This record gives sequence, C-alpha cells and structure tokens, in this order.
Amino acid sequence: MDYRPLRLIGPGPLDRLVRTLEALLVVASQPLSVDDLAHAADEYGPRVEAALELLEERYAEGRSGIVLERVAEGFAFRAARDEAAVCERLFERPADRGLSQAALETLAIVAYLGPCTRPDIARVRGVAADSVVAGLVERGLIAEAGRETAGAVRYRTTTLFERVFGLENLSALPRLDDLGADAGEIRARLEAVAERRGA
Amino acid sequence: MELRELELDLDAFEGPFDLLLTLVLKDELRPAEVDVASIVVSFCERLAEQERLDLDSVGEFLVLVAALLELKARELFPEEEVDLAELSPDEAAEELARRLEEYRRIKAAAAWLAERLDSERDRFFRLGPAPLAPRVEPGVAPQQPEALARALRALAVEPPQISLAHMELDFPPVSRFLERFRAALRRRRRLDLEQELEGLTRLEQASAFLAVLELRKAGEIVIDQVAPFARILVRRVEEKEAAWTIARSA
Repeated sequence: MDYRPLRLIGPGPLDRLVRTLEALLVVASQPLSVDDLAHAADEYGPRVEAALELLEERYAEGRSGIVLERVAEGFAFRAARDEAAVCERLFERPADRGLSQAALETLAIVAYLGPCTRPDIARVRGVAADSVVAGLVERGLIAEAGRETAGAVRYRTTTLFERVFGLENLSALPRLDDLGADAGEIRARLEAVAERRGA
Repeated sequence: MELRELELDLDAFEGPFDLLLTLVLKDELRPAEVDVASIVVSFCERLAEQERLDLDSVGEFLVLVAALLELKARELFPEEEVDLAELSPDEAAEELARRLEEYRRIKAAAAWLAERLDSERDRFFRLGPAPLAPRVEPGVAPQQPEALARALRALAVEPPQISLAHMELDFPPVSRFLERFRAALRRRRRLDLEQELEGLTRLEQASAFLAVLELRKAGEIVIDQVAPFARILVRRVEEKEAAWTIARSA
C-alpha cells in the first residue's frame, strides 16, 4: 500500500465540490455515475472527475475505514476490507450467501449471454432453470429486461451483481473464449469415440 | 445388484431410483429437473463395488435411463424436435460438441465467479432501496430577460372592458301588442302580420310576435301561412268558431 501524505482539502472551489460529492456518495445506497454526480452537483463532468480523483486518494484502502471504489459503472463508498470481520458481526451479505453451483452457472450465462430467457439458460445447462432464476431474481442479482417477441421474459444481471462481485462493469469479466481451456478436449474426445465406433 | 434400491442424492430428488421413476411417471417430478448424469455416476459407482457384472441390472438401467433422457429432452427442447430430427449424424455430433463446449466455458465462468466471490467476501457496502429522485428535465430553452419582460408586459395589459349594454335592453310589454292586435281585429276580420310589424324595432317585433302566439293560444285568432317564408295572415275567430276550436283542442 502506498502511503503518500494525505492531500489537505482547502477552501478552493474544487474543494467545495469535493465536499458536495462526499455528501452525495455517503447518502447513496447504490453507485453513482459521473453523470449522476455532475447533474446533482450542477457541475461539469471533467471537474467532477478531478474531484473524484481527490476523493479516491483520500478514501484509499488502508487510509480510512471508508473506501471509495469504482464499481458497477459508478462510484460508491464501502467499508475497508480490514474491517470486514467487524462488519460481519453486525451485517449479513444476503445477496451472495450460499450461492449454489447451479446459481453460479446461471449467473454466468446471464452475465455473458444476457439478456437471455429461461429456455436459453436451460439449453446451455441441460436442466430447467425456473427455480434457479426465481432465486436469483429474489436475491436481486438478476432482473427482468423486457420480453422476446414470443413473450418469454429476458433477464440481465443487476448493479448489485456487479457490486457483489466487485466488478467495475460487465467488461471486467474474463473473456469467455479465454475460459474453459479444456473445452477443445471435449471435441477431441468425442471425435475419438466416433472413430472407434466407425471402425 | 437390485437396481430399485440404488440410492440417489440429487438437487431435485433424494431417495431410491424406483421412487424417482414413479414420481416422474406420475408427473410429480419434472424430468427436466433431474440431473441424469449424476444418476449414471451413482450407478457406475455401485457397479464398481460389485465383484460380478450383473448384465440384467445393467441392461434394465440402460433402458430406464434412456427413457428418462428422452422424456427430459422432450421437455427441455420441445420446439427443437423437428430441427434435430433433420440433422445428419455428423451434424448432430457437431451440434453436441458445440453445446458441450459452450457449457464447459460457462462452467469455467461460474468457477471464476465463485473464486471472485471468495476474494471479494470482505467487501461490505450499504444495501437498500434508495431510488434516485426523478430528474426534472428543463422544458424551456434559455431565454433573454428582455424578451421575457416584453412578453410579460404584453400579458399585463388590462383587457378591454366587456360591453354589458345588451343586458339593459328594455323589452316592450307583450300586453301592449295584445291590446293593439285585438283592437285591429275588431276593426278588420283579417290582417297581414308583416304590414303590422313594419316600422317596429327588432325588440318590438319580437314582443308583437309573442302577442300573436298568445292570441292563437287563447283561440282568438287563426294563423295562416301558405308556404315557409310566405306572408303570415292573422284572422279573427268568430264566436261560434271559437267554441269549436277550443272544444277540438281540448
């Protein structure tokens, strides 16, 4: 951790904006984008970004009990990681407690292939997705995102999903092509079986 | 080995294999919910424990599992039945390989998410529904203050006074014309209404017309007009005729 001296916030105009952003972020219960902050503070985007950089420095991990993080395409305060054990005594993380393998696979499908329908999910996993999807909707990790022309409900991941997994946005997920290095092996094994059968 | 006693522990079902089949056949358990691969793994594990291969059990199992798979496939992909039936064996193998690869990648993604969750377990943040206030969109473009003042000044001009003169109109009493027509009809038996009205103001004409209607109602006169907009002729009713007219209208 880099322990540079804390930059003191003086009474200049940018420092005034820093205070305003601090106030907005402490009230918010979901990440605020630069646009949200600029609109609320009646300021220009670049100045808000400059003020946020000062705030990020001030609320860096290890410097304070509060950390300002870039998450879910916005900025949000959270508790410092080294205070997690204390937080755990008072607060739960209901959204991600006890996520099953089926739930994680379904989340992965919605995150990578979404917006997608329950039949889409069933097609990939080979098992009906109804109850898993209902559970994820209840946890707030996925949400409805319109309907297909045939009427099936489409689902997408939520801001909460990105926050729980600490993702700045969905493109922070590893590329699907880079995952499952052994996926090619399946094809090779199938082809080997087919050859044996043919012989 | 007794196939029926094969104990299963699946997400959707826990118990012996034959109970699972019974529930599926009774439509109390959807085949789509059943993880068939786990059943096969359980069976193979039991098989490995046996010293001798029981061909009867293996054959029975194959038949039952194949039937279960078919039921499950039909439930999961009802609309694809036709498409898949048209595939050649090579195409079907390719489709299977593509799906298995896709699933393997999704499994890897799920594993990545699980790891991520583990490493992010110490991040605590505020949760809760705090909807953002609805944004008020400015509906009007920026304006010049002088132009706004001009517009306001135009609006501030006192509106023209509305004339109430027509409310003060003095209607001549109908009774005046009743007397006048009765007198005229005593002198002559009939008269031309247009001639009688000539030279009167519009208001006096209205009162005079009301008087004629009043006389007609009382049965004192008969009104004649040969065609719309033709001259209106008023005729006095004789004593005998009047009695008859009243009797008829009664």
